[in-house]
Amino acid sequence: MPAILAEGLRKRYGSKEVLSGFALSVREGTVCGLLGPNGAGKTTAVRILSTLLRPDGGRAEVAGFDVRTRQADVRRRIGLVGQNAAVDEVLSGWQNLVMFGRLHHLGTRAAKARATELLGRFGLDETGKKPVKQYSGGMRRRLDIAASLILAPPVLFLDEPTTGLDPRSRNEVWSMVRELVAGGTTVLLTTQYLDEADQLAGQICVLDSGRVTAEGSPGQLKSEIGGDRLDVVVHDAADLARAAGVLARYSESPPETDADERRVSVAVRDRVTALTRVAGDLAAEGITAEDIGVRRPTLDEVFLHLTGHKEKETDLTGRKKEVVA
Amino acid sequence: MTTMIRDSWTMTQRGLAHWVRMPGQVIAGMAFMIMLVVLFGYLFGGAMRVPGGGDYLEFLMPGMFVMAVTFGIAETMIAVQADADKGITDRFRSMPMSQAAVLAGRNTADMFNSVANLAILIATGLVLGWRVRGSALEAAAAIGLLLLLRLAVLWMGIYLGLLIRSAGAAAAVQTLLFPLTMVTSTFADPASMPAWLGAIAEWNPLSATVYAMRDLFGNPGAGGGSWVAEHALLHAFAWPVVLLAIFVPLSVHRYRNLSR
Ligand SMILES: Nc1ncnc2c1ncn2[C@@H]1O[C@H](COP(=O)(O)OP(=O)(O)OP(=O)(O)O)[C@@H](O)[C@H]1O
Ligand SMILES: [Mg+2]
Repeated sequence: MPAILAEGLRKRYGSKEVLSGFALSVREGTVCGLLGPNGAGKTTAVRILSTLLRPDGGRAEVAGFDVRTRQADVRRRIGLVGQNAAVDEVLSGWQNLVMFGRLHHLGTRAAKARATELLGRFGLDETGKKPVKQYSGGMRRRLDIAASLILAPPVLFLDEPTTGLDPRSRNEVWSMVRELVAGGTTVLLTTQYLDEADQLAGQICVLDSGRVTAEGSPGQLKSEIGGDRLDVVVHDAADLARAAGVLARYSESPPETDADERRVSVAVRDRVTALTRVAGDLAAEGITAEDIGVRRPTLDEVFLHLTGHKEKETDLTGRKKEVVA
Repeated sequence: MTTMIRDSWTMTQRGLAHWVRMPGQVIAGMAFMIMLVVLFGYLFGGAMRVPGGGDYLEFLMPGMFVMAVTFGIAETMIAVQADADKGITDRFRSMPMSQAAVLAGRNTADMFNSVANLAILIATGLVLGWRVRGSALEAAAAIGLLLLLRLAVLWMGIYLGLLIRSAGAAAAVQTLLFPLTMVTSTFADPASMPAWLGAIAEWNPLSATVYAMRDLFGNPGAGGGSWVAEHALLHAFAWPVVLLAIFVPLSVHRYRNLSR
């Protein structure tokens, strides 16, 4: 049984259909990264799954309970870290955690012990007595995450948990997520950072205009857009167009040109053959390459490929014109 | 049920902890009311004519209690709006706690706050020379009616706090409180105002409560003559009850519908 299951979820605001048949299945003890551009509906999906929002249609189960009819059961088993830190700014970090602990029906003493323990774990013991108002954004975030872990929930929703964090705090959050998952927690993580999904998630769902348009492991998604990428950096910008012409011979998709970096790149099927042939062709045409190499595509490229079809096509024709001219 | 009571108490403690953490805000609110009493009581008091004769401060104080209690609507509204805005309400909604406790806790915390405010204002009045001239039972009834009014505007505040989206809107609603509480029989006899303004002041439901307070505390200016003043006690009891009958279900409905 999946820990998180959604089928055909629909949600509309006014005339705008925000989710149109959102479907998802996350196995217990794994991390699913929900990726998508601004306004794709990530937060809406998380809010529905965490019982905050009623879907207009479809079905969703979390930890085996229907989010519409068994709200109380779902709420007992989830932790939610919303897109904005939801802690009481007037109270201290410690007071916040004690309050949330008591609202999770721990006894006063247990709530206090848990608060102290969580503050320590999130490196907030020193600032624990200060009002949250005086916390930095990263400290607030950590407190927010701590507050959602009071009962060590089996399912955790993280809506852009590292937005606005410095690299160190980001690493801390990442290692915390890994630790939780190692302990059996199921995590649904939304993010704008592709490296974050790459780092943490075993399964990635790309959400675009209200539905999941691609799904798979980071590796699968990368190979889906046409295997490896071949990059050539030319010495003389004037050679860019001709270099693009060479690359086009070895790929089904048109090459992409970055004039600023004097780079042309293209998706290739057979990396070794492509590399040797391109090197030979460039030399034969008298184009000096500063750098030439094959690499796996980044998730950014996957992301743009999957969510930016329309923009990308016009973009490419634009580039083609450039190439022709 | 026990869960609801326990969670409500936790939520009440949260409200009280805010109070302890932000004494400045609480003191400023009280200082404002005391300043109004001193300002009107002494600055304008000499020039004011109390209908039927009597001491102006004694005429003024019952209205000040009503005003203080009415201003409570802003406190509630701002607190509820801020919680919704900051996402804390959502956190409560995603937790396995009693959801009724979120609103119940707001009620008890704000009522505690108001009782303390009222006590300080009454003490200030007593120090300045205001006196209770009715029976103890009548005085208790007056305080009971004030707290009933506070409860009514508390639920109005909850509803408005859940309705409005921004802190700016809250400030706008707060501004409207001034004409609402000033154009009453609190500071002057409506009969002494221009006819149209006097009519508004006389029919302002707060005036009925002010008349009832004067009557119960045995202070001057309890009125007579106008229909509103004649039935002040009934009005002072009835209209907060009507407000409660409207705003309790509206607020509960609105809270439930946050998930829409
Ligand atoms: N309460 C609401 N009323 C009306 N429209 C809304 C509401 N909440 C969200 N929307 C709209 O729904 C769409 C999806 O919003 P959502 O917050 O789910 O996107 P997101 O993927 O989380 O975006 P972001 O990356 O910016 O956080 C947006 O176009 C937004 O304007
Ligand atoms: Mg979002």
